[in-house]
Amino acid sequence: MTGDAYSPSKIRSDVPFLAAIWGISGMYVLLIIAVLAADASYTSVNELWSAVNDPDVRASIWLTLQTCTITAILSVIVSVPAGYVLARYNFPLKRLFDSILDIPIVLPPLVIGLSLLILFNQVMIGGQSIEKWLGEWLSGLHAWNDSIPSGVTYRIPAIIIAQFTVSCAFAVRTMRNTFDGIDPRQEEVAMTLGCGRSGAFWLIALPQASRGVIAAGTLAWARALGEFGPVLVFAGATRGSTEVLATTVFLEISIGNLEGAVAVSFLMIAVAIMVLTGVRILGMRQTV
Amino acid sequence: MIEIRDLSVRAGNFHLKGVNLRVPKSGYAVLMGKTGCGKTTLLECVCGLKRALSGRIFFDGHDVTMLRPAERGVGYVPQDGAIFSTMKVSEQLAFGPRVRGWKKTDALSRAEEIAEELGIGYLMNRYPAGLSGGERQRIALGRALSCRPQILCLDEPLSALDDETKEEICELIEHLRRNHPFTALHITHSRAEAERLGDMVFVIGPDGCLREDD
Repeated sequence: MTGDAYSPSKIRSDVPFLAAIWGISGMYVLLIIAVLAADASYTSVNELWSAVNDPDVRASIWLTLQTCTITAILSVIVSVPAGYVLARYNFPLKRLFDSILDIPIVLPPLVIGLSLLILFNQVMIGGQSIEKWLGEWLSGLHAWNDSIPSGVTYRIPAIIIAQFTVSCAFAVRTMRNTFDGIDPRQEEVAMTLGCGRSGAFWLIALPQASRGVIAAGTLAWARALGEFGPVLVFAGATRGSTEVLATTVFLEISIGNLEGAVAVSFLMIAVAIMVLTGVRILGMRQTV
Repeated sequence: MIEIRDLSVRAGNFHLKGVNLRVPKSGYAVLMGKTGCGKTTLLECVCGLKRALSGRIFFDGHDVTMLRPAERGVGYVPQDGAIFSTMKVSEQLAFGPRVRGWKKTDALSRAEEIAEELGIGYLMNRYPAGLSGGERQRIALGRALSCRPQILCLDEPLSALDDETKEEICELIEHLRRNHPFTALHITHSRAEAERLGDMVFVIGPDGCLREDD
């Protein structure tokens, strides 16, 4: 009877499993390609060329690259310690702390923008709003260098804050998973060899987390690129002032220029692919 | 000398109570007990990686209970070696001396000295990926001894090795004992290993109490 248990007919074929995993993955890839193809059918090379040559769109691309990069750097600076704390320490209310960090991921983007607007303009500290406090400080800097904005709301700092609020949550998740996957034993050995906790972090944990840091920064950058809702509410969509690529698409649609909106969307895709591929190649070279 | 007085520690589901242990200077003590009975936790207390609920730990008569791991002067060899995955072998062996403020040249010459003694000189420019279990344990031992510690703690250093490599590492530990004046606390499940290496054997019983084995 034991011979029957090992007969080939009792072992299920691998074909249905392989067909399912390849089929499901392939269908999603097809969906993305179909979306891009639909966009492509709705625009032309001339439209793309005129979008690239439009001074407003060029300014928007430049502002997008600047704000996304600042957001990605800020997100890495915050997400590395936050991810490390979540991965290495148990403390009271840890689950609550963890859940709070997920709020920007689950909240509707418009709500985040609205909440930032209320926080900066309605919450009073010492009789003044945060906008007023920061406005005074920024005005001082503005007097010294006029390229620095003199306030936050409906200005460039609002774009960065809106992008950062959402993007950083994704970066924190990435860094937590990264540190969870690194054996703490190596840091403990380092501590017996003469390191304090900070030495073990800088010399042992962080070098091992380098790929995670690049992934977190890349994810934050990509997320910031696509952020529209909070930027619209908190920074506005003023042409040539607080216009990033996501708002350019919105502005083009609002004036009925669908072809222009699609052309700018393609520019966003091109910029994203160039930056993300570049960062990944750089990251792979550094970690080989 | 390692002396533990009335130590109590809790981790997970178990609670070690009233642990008393004394290993004379340059002695080699082996700690045994069933899986999950708290051997590693006790070793971590000795290294300073885990805080005890009560009790005191002394090294050569000095109370180290409240000292941080870096201040205790302990060499630690974990079960899997815990080799630093982003460092070359030479950097691993020089790591302890470097973080303790040795000059770079002195740290590297100490790394070469210890690598020579452990027979891993040919690995100095290698990264840990692809090293065998025996090589990793030699590196872990070398790294732990690089700062000439008075106390050496080994957590099942031979458990993941094949018989031939196990024999080699046993011989290496015996050689190191002759040449380095450390006091050792070594965890194992193997009675043969305990009898071969240990001057004394301690067993943690099912009741969470530690006793010396005759």
